[in-house]
Amino acid sequence: MEKPLTQHLRPDGKPLSLKEYEQVGGYQALKKVVKMTPQEVQTLVKDSNLKGRGGAGFNTGLKWSFVPMNVPKPKYLIANADEMEPGTFKDRVLLEQTPHQLIEGMIIAAFAIQASEAFVFLRWAYKTAAEEIERAIHEAHEAGYLGKNIAGSGFELEMHLHTGVGRYMCGEETALLNSLEGKRATPRAKPPFPQVSGLFGKPTIVNNVETLCCLPHIVNNGAEWFKKLSLTQDAGTKIYGVSGKVKKPGAWELPMGVTLRELIEEHAGGMQDGLKFRGALPGGASTDFLVEEHLDVKMDFASVAAVGSRLGTGTVVVLDDQTCPVGFVKNLEHFFAQESCGFCTPCREGLPWIEKILESIENGKGREEDIKLLDAHTRLLGPGNTFCALAPGAMEPLQSALKYFRNDFEKHVKEKGCPHSKKSKYQIAN
Amino acid sequence: MLSKEEIKEIDKAISIAPYKKAASVEALKAVQQHRKWISDESLQEVASYLEMSAEELDSIATFYNLIFRQPVGKHIILVCDSISCWVMGHDKIKEKLSELLSIDYGQTTADGRFTMLPNPCLGTCDCAPAMMVGNDLYRNLKTEEIEKILNKYS
Repeated sequence: MEKPLTQHLRPDGKPLSLKEYEQVGGYQALKKVVKMTPQEVQTLVKDSNLKGRGGAGFNTGLKWSFVPMNVPKPKYLIANADEMEPGTFKDRVLLEQTPHQLIEGMIIAAFAIQASEAFVFLRWAYKTAAEEIERAIHEAHEAGYLGKNIAGSGFELEMHLHTGVGRYMCGEETALLNSLEGKRATPRAKPPFPQVSGLFGKPTIVNNVETLCCLPHIVNNGAEWFKKLSLTQDAGTKIYGVSGKVKKPGAWELPMGVTLRELIEEHAGGMQDGLKFRGALPGGASTDFLVEEHLDVKMDFASVAAVGSRLGTGTVVVLDDQTCPVGFVKNLEHFFAQESCGFCTPCREGLPWIEKILESIENGKGREEDIKLLDAHTRLLGPGNTFCALAPGAMEPLQSALKYFRNDFEKHVKEKGCPHSKKSKYQIAN
Repeated sequence: MLSKEEIKEIDKAISIAPYKKAASVEALKAVQQHRKWISDESLQEVASYLEMSAEELDSIATFYNLIFRQPVGKHIILVCDSISCWVMGHDKIKEKLSELLSIDYGQTTADGRFTMLPNPCLGTCDCAPAMMVGNDLYRNLKTEEIEKILNKYS
């Protein structure tokens, strides 16, 4: 099984130096790319069917193709390394352990859209990654892979590291641009799309870290090779992860399209002893729950969408039978309420309301009509009613919890409290 | 007054931006690095250096949860309270920290050693529960280890 993105990870977790990266074929793809035309690079990536790994799953080459080519400098290429989706820890591996792979991917993407400036937008908490990326940018600069006249081609690119100061909103493409411009991270209206008017009003592409890391391998091995890595129609490998009460939580690079069952039972070693699987968020906090009947769903964009959820970031959060689904969702909605940027009303007002209702239900003060109120909110805060995808994303776990775990909500109301916390108190008393 | 070192760092951020204001987040970060938090005075100094109003800079400073507009302790404890850590026992970790430090979220210990804050997902969900103290990340936390971890920070 090929694992192009993670093949050079070392047991000690230290990244390859520039020299070591070159010894295993690093920066060969870059040397090939600068001999191609930008159009040829875009076509190659489009043909590879690489889809954005940040959650949206849009064809990367197609996204690039909306960037106007014959415009004055600068254009911008940004790596979205603001991994903040709760339950998501896949980009951390690449950022800390494969910084040169990311930089090479970024140079390739920048060449494809003819960008002259690049930023890595890194979340504050990733201290090790910041050090490694800073060092790798410096090394790449010294070796002539960044700066003027890259690899003798005449192409030039400067790259900077920006570390954020918190806020989930920064992961949203247009809010990230505002943050990089030194503003509050609120989203922008689209159109115009960033491809046309992005950072400082200039054409800009924002790509996820994992997406960018695929690029050197596509250039080296071809579009057909990349497609064949996958088990399904969505090309390539995917870094999947599992967290929650399983025996061996972790992240693994696997062919795109492995099943949820394989992830949980084989790679994560199954549920912890004495616990049963009840459900899972397939790709971070803002994805709909999947339950037992979905265990054999293939974890690719189309298959997960077909059962009413989203692949998202591909990092699974497992709900076990001893953990309260109402408490689980309350934790998620608390997060979303806190992280709402406050820019549009349904999100700013609706999410705290939802959190309060869930808190009442969890604490035994819920009324029957509260469940209906929650149902209504999933529509009122759904797609089309808010400025960006934060609130609709927040509704995904809520609406699916109300569907699959409705009994639990009703039981909380009827029994005036959380059956799970009562149980644990009883156990402690014994 | 902004120190030479602070000005050097802010100027570096300005040098890659098309106009001064665009360096606001970097400037706040730089000043906080030296002064631990952004007082009203600091805010005014940075704002005038960036040729923007203090009110506008404050709207940015207060938006980001890791820019501190109140004094904080010597070490910041960020406890991950997001979903995987919650499932794996965040509440017990937080309870233990509160018990040892006699503070709740958002508070600073009487001796000024620690400020404890909840933080969304630290991106290490396979090693939950997790927290950061200063720049150090602690994973797979157990309540009985916490006292020893805190003792490392004088």
